[in-house]
This record gives sequence, C-alpha cells and structure tokens, in this order.
Amino acid sequence: MSIVAVLIETTENKVKPANFGILTAARETGQDEIYGFVTGVDPQMCKDDLAKFGVQKIISIEAEGVDLTSKPDLQAKAIIAALRQYGATTLLGLSSTVGKDILARVAAQLGAPLVLDCLSIDLQKRTVRKPYFAGKTVANLKVSGEYFLCGIRANSIEPIEAQTAAEIGSFRAEIGDDDSYVITEVIKNESGKVDLSEANVIVAGGRPVASAEHFEMLEKCAATMNGVVGASRVAVDEGSASHSIQVGQTGKIVNPKLYIACGISGAIQHYAGMKTSQVIVAINSDKDSPIFTRCDYGIVGDIFEVVPALTAELSKQSA
Amino acid sequence: MKIFVCVKSVPDTAATITVVRNTGFDESVKFLVNPYDEYAIEEAVSLCEKVGGEVVVVTLGKPDAMATVRSALALGAHRAILVTIDQQFFDSGDTANVLRKIMEDDGKGDLIFMGKQAVDSEAMQTGYRLAVGLGIPIASEIKEFSIDGDKVCVEREIGGGEKEVIEMTQPCIVATTKGLNEPRYPKLPAILKAKKKEVKQIALADLGLSQVAAMELLSMEPVPERSGAKILGGSTSEAVTELVRVLRKEEKVLV
Repeated sequence: MSIVAVLIETTENKVKPANFGILTAARETGQDEIYGFVTGVDPQMCKDDLAKFGVQKIISIEAEGVDLTSKPDLQAKAIIAALRQYGATTLLGLSSTVGKDILARVAAQLGAPLVLDCLSIDLQKRTVRKPYFAGKTVANLKVSGEYFLCGIRANSIEPIEAQTAAEIGSFRAEIGDDDSYVITEVIKNESGKVDLSEANVIVAGGRPVASAEHFEMLEKCAATMNGVVGASRVAVDEGSASHSIQVGQTGKIVNPKLYIACGISGAIQHYAGMKTSQVIVAINSDKDSPIFTRCDYGIVGDIFEVVPALTAELSKQSA
Repeated sequence: MKIFVCVKSVPDTAATITVVRNTGFDESVKFLVNPYDEYAIEEAVSLCEKVGGEVVVVTLGKPDAMATVRSALALGAHRAILVTIDQQFFDSGDTANVLRKIMEDDGKGDLIFMGKQAVDSEAMQTGYRLAVGLGIPIASEIKEFSIDGDKVCVEREIGGGEKEVIEMTQPCIVATTKGLNEPRYPKLPAILKAKKKEVKQIALADLGLSQVAAMELLSMEPVPERSGAKILGGSTSEAVTELVRVLRKEEKVLV
C-alpha cells in the first residue's frame, strides 16, 4: 500500500476547508494511506477535521532548533526528508499562494516535476488537467519520473467525507539552520476572512460601487450567504477597493459555486478570473453589457435597488 | 550592479487562442513581453538608474521572440541574450537549466528579476528551479522591493488580506507581480535605441545541455463559453425572488 502525502494548510489553528477537496482527490484509488503533513500547528487541533476527510496519519513536520514556519526553504527540506522516510512519492497540496511556494521549493530541491493550479488529477495515470492561457484552454499533461507533485486549485474538487481514525505522529528532520530567506513578519489585515480564491460565494462590485459605503452594501449581501466581497479592476484602480480583492487576470483567480457580479461590465480579463464559477449572476443597468453573454442569470437594473432587495430576499429563511 | 531579467515572449492576453493539431495553437497572434515580466524589467532598470550597472535580458524562445526581446530593450535593459528553441512550451526544469548556464557563462548577476509566471503555460516554478540551480534564495509574487545593506527586503500577499515581510541574502531571485511598480511606456527614442543594443543569439543545441522534459502535453482543449444566459424580468422584487428560488432549488448553490 503506498502513501499519498498531503500538505495541510491551516489558519488560526484550524484546517482550511479548501483542504477537504484535496484530501478527496488524494483518496482516489481507495487503496492508498493518506498522510496529512502539518507545520507550526498543534496536530490535535486538526484531528477531527482531517479524520472526517480520510487522513489516516497526521504528521507534524518539525526540525530541531529551526522555525520552519518562517523558513519555507527549510520547511521544504524537512518535507522531502519526511517523504523519503515514509517512501511516499505522491505529494498534493492547495495551489494557494503559500501552497504553490512550498510545493515549488520541494519540486526544485527534488528536481522532480510539479504541476500547479490543477483542476483535476488522476493518481493512477499520473495525468492532470490545468488551465493554459488564463483559462482560455485546458491542458492535459502526463507527468513522468519518480515523484508526482500537484498543487490543486481550491474548490475544483467536490469534498467528500470519509471518516477514519486519524493517528497523530511527528517527523523531526535533521537539518541545519539557514538565514538566506526568512519571513520576518506576517502582517494581518482582516484576519478570519476566507481568501477570495477559496471562497464559495463571492459578491463583486464594479465601477458604480465607488465607495466604502457602497461596498458595505455588497458585504451585507455576501454575509447572508457566508460569502466574501470581490472587486473588478476598475473599482480597484479608482481606489474604492483594495487590490487584494481584485478578481481577474491581473488579480485573483476565483472558483466559487456562486459569483454575483454587480455593476461589472464583464471584460475578458475580469471574466478570466471567475469563469470557472459554477453559477454566475450578473446585475447591471446596461442591458448590452458583455457580462450578460457571460453569465447564467442576469437582472437588468440599478444595483443600488437590486442588491438590497436581493439581500432582503436572501435573509428570509428558505421555504 | 549586474542584474539579469528573465523575459518570456507570450501571446497577447487579448488574443484569441485557437487550438491546432491537438497540442498546438495558432501562433500568428501578436506576441509580446509577458505582462508579469514588465514589472521585473521596470524594477531592474529603475534600480540600475539609481545605483549604476547593467540590466541583461535573457529569453528562451523561437526566433520570432526577437521582437519581444527588442521591446524589453526598449524598456531600458542594456543588452540581451536570446536562446532559440523550437517550441513555445518548454519544460520549466529545462528552462531553468538553460538560464543557469547562460548566467554562469556570461558572469553571474547580483540580482535576478522575473515575472511570477508566464501567462501562457503558467507553470509558476521556473524561478524556484533556477534558484536551486544557482544555490541562491528566491521570493515570488513580490509587490514591494528594497535593498537594505547586504539584505534584500521584499513583501508578498498571501491571501486573506495577509502580507509576509521577507529578508533574503544577495544574490537572490525576485519574481514580480502587479503592484510592484508602474512599468514605463517606451517612447520612440528608446524604441529606436533598442534596435542597436546587443542581442547575443544562441541555439539551444550549442549549449550542450540535455533536456529532461518530464511533462508531456497530451492535448489542449478550448474552454466552451457559457451560453444561454437567462435574464430574469419583471419588477425588482419579482426578479430577486425568482433568482433566490433558482439558486436554492434548481442550481442548489445556496441553502
């Protein structure tokens, strides 16, 4: 029986829900043992969540006298030592900013191939599907060599539970310290918010949403669905939203179940950032706006009327 | 300072991509400097303008990539090296190996800038492999950059509104993203000057490196566009009632 290792990302000592889809993909053959690698977090705090999604062993990756959370190159070194120790040649993770960075360091140090931003993977055939050209095409790739390393896009795989009895263990790597790359500080802004790239519901605003008050209107709508707020490039360039919530080719690529575009014209570069959304809803006062050819449902109207009405309707309990 | 900038020639993001012969695409579209590499060029050139030195562009591309190399020179780089290859998609490990050899042969740089990813094959990892090849650190998705003595200080956003502040030793690789700076528009004098700048062209075979090609592109499919948008009519109240009903009962994306 072989082992599939999965890099587990946590925030505020909790397992990020986006990991559950990755774990589902890891269990593809039904015959592999799933190891969840965690770093810098008490594995006990992850146990219930990880056991629910099929992790048999939770391994805390550590190194004596080295802070792995501030030194991703050393974290990668420790992960490689753990893979060798367990004889694991498959490593999966989230294709998040942090995940991509760690996976790339592991792949580079191993000299092994890596595919990031995968939409789906096949562990048996060692093939993956990922976007090329900012989502204009999908590439099918075959990976050869000893290792199969994949970073999977959040929300691209439906999470399926598989309750196991998870054991907790630790792996202590023997590696020297190194100061060539050190994270000296992590500045938190609005902690607790799910990152756009992992959100399941997004309400995004365009040009007409020109102020903080207007964005509050979108926040209220999003809150009824446990969603988050996004913005188009226009809104960001005009200063009414931070670049960290920009959706689009030069912003974030998002993959929610539901994307509500409010006052967004639907330019190709914005669409590239959200086109894999399961359902796209457009609200715009201009009936000829391109967004209406790129959505599933549209309402032609003034967003300042429609969005509050939508919020009110969503607040009612479902029948 | 000697600064290398790795630049890729890629199709314009506004271009239509037509898949040909299962694994290729119609390359008659307009090619230009990879957008993320523009921030890299700008940062390198601005730094050289302040502290002196040279900015050397390195590109792996088909012979047609020469036009893109000239564009990079027009943005202020001093000279360039173009390694000619036969295909647009080239394994990132093999790419990093070529870049490493070029930099070792030309004389290693004090800094290397490059975009965080190319907008065509989007591997997002070439810089990391180059870093290991050269034995130096790399930081990616960088929006802030400064030099403090012998250290490089950079910042990157990691999602959820959080930022990492990082210190690296020099030499190092900085992979850039939007927000780092405002790339300049090349003016005519710069474009004309670029035509006279030195571009050393080397055929891949002449480097004597073997390719691993650990990934095979089996096929590429266009993504079908969404069609048949349903416009919900009636009053605002009727439209939102219907929308919520559909989202809950039919699409089942909401509880």
